[in-house]
Amino acid sequence: MLDKITSRFEGIFKTLSRQNRLSEKNIQDGVREIKLALLEADVNYKVVKDFIKLVEEEALGEKVLKSISPTDQFIKVVHDKLVDIMGSHSDEIQLKKRGEISVILFVGLQGSGKTTTCAKLGNLLKVNQKVLLVSADTYRPAAKDQLKILAGQTGLGFFTEDHNDPIKICKNALKYAKDYEYHAIILDTAGRLQVDEPLMVELEKIKKITEPDEILFVSDAMAGQNVVDVVKSFDHRLNINGIILTKFDSDTRGGAALSIKKTTGKSIKFIGTGEKIENFEKFYPERVAGRILGKGDIISFVEKAQAAIDVEEAIKTQKKLLKSKFDLDDFLSQIQQLKKMGPLQSILDMLPIKGQMKDQSVDEKNLLHTEAIILSMTPKERKNFRIINGNRRRRISLGSGTTIQEVNRLLKQFESMQKMMQKVKKNPRFLQNMLGGMKGMNL
Amino acid sequence: MAFLFKSKSKSEIERGLHRTKESFGEKIRSIFTKKINDPDFFDEMEETLIMADVGVETTLEIIEHFKAYIKDKNIKDGEGLKNLFKQSLQDMIPQVTFDYKENQLNVLFIVGVNGVGKTTTIGKLSHTLKNEGKKVMLAACDTFRAAAIDQLSVWADRAEVPIIKQQMGSDPGAVLHDAIDSAISKQIDILIVDTAGRFHNKANLMAEIEKLNRILNKKIESAHKETLLVLDACTGQNAYVQAESFHQSVQLDGIILTKLDSTAKGGIVIHIAHQLKLPVKFVGIGERITDLLPFNRDEYIDSIL
Repeated sequence: MLDKITSRFEGIFKTLSRQNRLSEKNIQDGVREIKLALLEADVNYKVVKDFIKLVEEEALGEKVLKSISPTDQFIKVVHDKLVDIMGSHSDEIQLKKRGEISVILFVGLQGSGKTTTCAKLGNLLKVNQKVLLVSADTYRPAAKDQLKILAGQTGLGFFTEDHNDPIKICKNALKYAKDYEYHAIILDTAGRLQVDEPLMVELEKIKKITEPDEILFVSDAMAGQNVVDVVKSFDHRLNINGIILTKFDSDTRGGAALSIKKTTGKSIKFIGTGEKIENFEKFYPERVAGRILGKGDIISFVEKAQAAIDVEEAIKTQKKLLKSKFDLDDFLSQIQQLKKMGPLQSILDMLPIKGQMKDQSVDEKNLLHTEAIILSMTPKERKNFRIINGNRRRRISLGSGTTIQEVNRLLKQFESMQKMMQKVKKNPRFLQNMLGGMKGMNL
Repeated sequence: MAFLFKSKSKSEIERGLHRTKESFGEKIRSIFTKKINDPDFFDEMEETLIMADVGVETTLEIIEHFKAYIKDKNIKDGEGLKNLFKQSLQDMIPQVTFDYKENQLNVLFIVGVNGVGKTTTIGKLSHTLKNEGKKVMLAACDTFRAAAIDQLSVWADRAEVPIIKQQMGSDPGAVLHDAIDSAISKQIDILIVDTAGRFHNKANLMAEIEKLNRILNKKIESAHKETLLVLDACTGQNAYVQAESFHQSVQLDGIILTKLDSTAKGGIVIHIAHQLKLPVKFVGIGERITDLLPFNRDEYIDSIL
């Protein structure tokens, strides 16, 4: 995600960092490049104009030009201004306290991903709420079925009725939620254009009947210059509380993310970052600014890691590492923990090393193959891989559905990994050098 | 070459383009009434084109072109430029429609990212083609999204055309094999293949669509195949990137631009035509089953200028 705009910014900063001192001309050139990069990213034209003016004013001041590392200062100015236009803090959704039913209403254009997002938000809320998904989309064929399937997959309640009156469905859903003691209901409505008068009136009626705590506008992150007008018209009719940006894992360059707050005053509350139900996060302006500038999103990475990694297991592995007793079993458990963190690509997206390896696509299958190969070994083989001879290799490759070559490759890799660990043990500095590229980050 | 689709009445085409006309067109036209030596002339033009999703690169090229022309021909008012703009748009945007071949199987292979309106577009297409007296069949190769098959089945019922499907999660390649066999044995005129939405930056999903494409090319060498990318008119510059990557993977023959009845300004047509030389073949302009029209370049240009 955000690859394209990130690489544009990296290029701009690289050019600047070749200069010991920055002249006014250097800054102006850099600012012009940034302007083009933002426009190409579909950032609203007016936002770009304001943004560029602010950056230029501040960057041409003494603080940047006369500082010891002017490029770093310049980057900081750009970072701060990016955060400014996206809103300096993250906005939470506001739900009622226990005992009352909170209502969340989803609205938006067709194809923005409302239905999928209903399930994603429900999945997030189900940790401490009993959530009911309601389909009031009586227009798109099979929309109700889609939400029903998703509710089933995520273990959430589902309600709809077999007629074509969305207002009646919402009304009855409230009653159903009360009867069955749900805490939160998420109403999915049909996608509609903001210029479709009858359908907009219908939304106003739904709002009146259900008195939602949160009306969230769901928008495609790839939306063009048009998105600002659309949000404004929905807001005008319904007074929305915030925005969810979907498809953030596409190669969106963040145009909508950068434009919406500044032009409409509404905050982005969540972003959808993938096909899976769990690919859904709160929106943090700081972190997105970091990702755009190629500085990575270490905070999200650490959070994900904390959620997925079993601390005891990690300590055990670390101890083994130091004793250099690291065997294939430990390797396997590492792979399994890595898998728990979600798709590899999304993990890499959060790291600042991304800039240097963005063209290498990560092959998730390799990980699965490696796992299969190790799982096909006997406990004895996993403890001491040196006993794995030709016969055993053949058996393992058959058992894991891979080729002998793949088994060989894995064993070789593991051997060199062990050697490297020996080196780290003898000389801890070795690891620091290896990770040297990462220490430039300051988040 | 047969020209499908009965010609629509003028008012219907205008309905589809009236937003473009209102927002993008009005602004452009007002600029052309100005004097060129107005210091803001080109700034305003740049702003208008970019705001209409024409794209930075194409916008800058158009403006460079204008500037050179003015110098060359010593033009002072906007009106002279307007003609040049019209001419360059005509040069840039190709006018090509679906190239239907009589007496053989035609395959429409429909691809695109999530949520652009692939399934709905196929519903509309099958309805219109069926009304033209063609034998149409649908292949439900979106086996991934929840209820996608149900959605396509509803459209198949509405248009009263047969559909080849398996259950959710099955192999889209297998569905495609079945569909082709069935289309051939039933002497179908047009087989329309629905595929799952996929982001152009997801390597494994793009590999899957390439596989479907290979199956098609291999199995139906004698058939006429067109690969059409469905784009949402509300998408910004990313639409260009989508077109570029799908073009690389499965070699596109054209674009279907949906949701043109929203406030989208439609400038993306210019950008794609100019940078990728891909024609827009159909436009979607509304919710009704009849709301899909062949793209008409001259109508489009008239709506802007």
